[in-house]
Amino acid sequence: MAPEEITELLKKEFGEFIVGSKFDTAHPRVGVRADAWPEVARFLRDDSRTGFNMLRCVTALDLLEDDTLCAEYDLHAIRAPKSGAAPYELIHGICIEVSVPRNNPRIPSVADVWRAADWHEREAYDLMGIIFENHPDSMIGPNGKHPRRILCPDDWVGHPLRKDYLFPMEYHGIPAVTEMGQTRPVH
Amino acid sequence: MSWIENRFEEGLIITSLDWAINWGRRYSIWPMTFGLACCAIEMMAIGASRFDVDRFGAGAFRASPRQADLMIVAGTVTYKMASRVKRLYNQMPEPKYVMAMGACTIGGGPYFKNGYHVVKGVDLVVPVDIYVPGCPPRPETLIEGILRLQDMIKNQSLARDRWQGAKEKVLASTPTYA
Repeated sequence: MAPEEITELLKKEFGEFIVGSKFDTAHPRVGVRADAWPEVARFLRDDSRTGFNMLRCVTALDLLEDDTLCAEYDLHAIRAPKSGAAPYELIHGICIEVSVPRNNPRIPSVADVWRAADWHEREAYDLMGIIFENHPDSMIGPNGKHPRRILCPDDWVGHPLRKDYLFPMEYHGIPAVTEMGQTRPVH
Repeated sequence: MSWIENRFEEGLIITSLDWAINWGRRYSIWPMTFGLACCAIEMMAIGASRFDVDRFGAGAFRASPRQADLMIVAGTVTYKMASRVKRLYNQMPEPKYVMAMGACTIGGGPYFKNGYHVVKGVDLVVPVDIYVPGCPPRPETLIEGILRLQDMIKNQSLARDRWQGAKEKVLASTPTYA
């Protein structure tokens, strides 16, 4: 199915939950509202016409001008080969875009739909601060429940790839910027 | 050997003992099997047959910090890793030496300005004896660093604490902007 047909199908099934689409790029994508995203994801995986059985990647974007954070889910539908040595065959693919406001970036987790989303969502939380609700690997932080960080230490402050991120000046006693005049420690 | 340190004048009694101990120490610097990033590939190369650091007695890479004399910090030290580096250093028995290998460990390297996660030089975490520049340094450079470390060990003395005066020296060289 072409991306346009998939979008039409989604619009027929979910109506107002499908917001915006862009097809004249190398990366055709459809916008989905965050509150409907797990249902849409389950439909995309289980429906025989779409059959997206593989989540290829989750990309997080910081759109500072629009005051939104955006998670892009690259989906592929692949078919197992008839003979053992042949590669998997790609049926079709699409990208789903979920935008959330920057001050309250919450997207329901789809880690129970595609297991690949587990680590990808943890990374998106770690570096961009998108909170994936009901993530299977969640922990309670000072600002409520959120996925566990995957790269930075658990006590890290902030989300480094956000465009307004401020670099730490000190981490556990280690000075972070050593310009002229800043002293080196005495061992 | 703390019972004997700082108890003698330099020279007369223990110079030859110094020589024998330093001779033994400098030709058996056992490094720790410890690599953090791409510099570790070059560190592995010096242990292999082409560069063969065993010629200089430093080829016995120990899998435990408790058996090692030299920690070659080979690669980017992140803040997350810094506490582990410090713990490994503390687990090594004296005499212990640290070599900062490559641009990242010397001063943050390519991550100095825009690396939110990189320690700007491993000497902020552990004291460093030898700096080996390069990105990454060629194996010859690393061997040169080991030779310089051997020179350093040659000038050690049992009667003199290795760290004696180090603190004062660092404090004296620290610029003050009153």
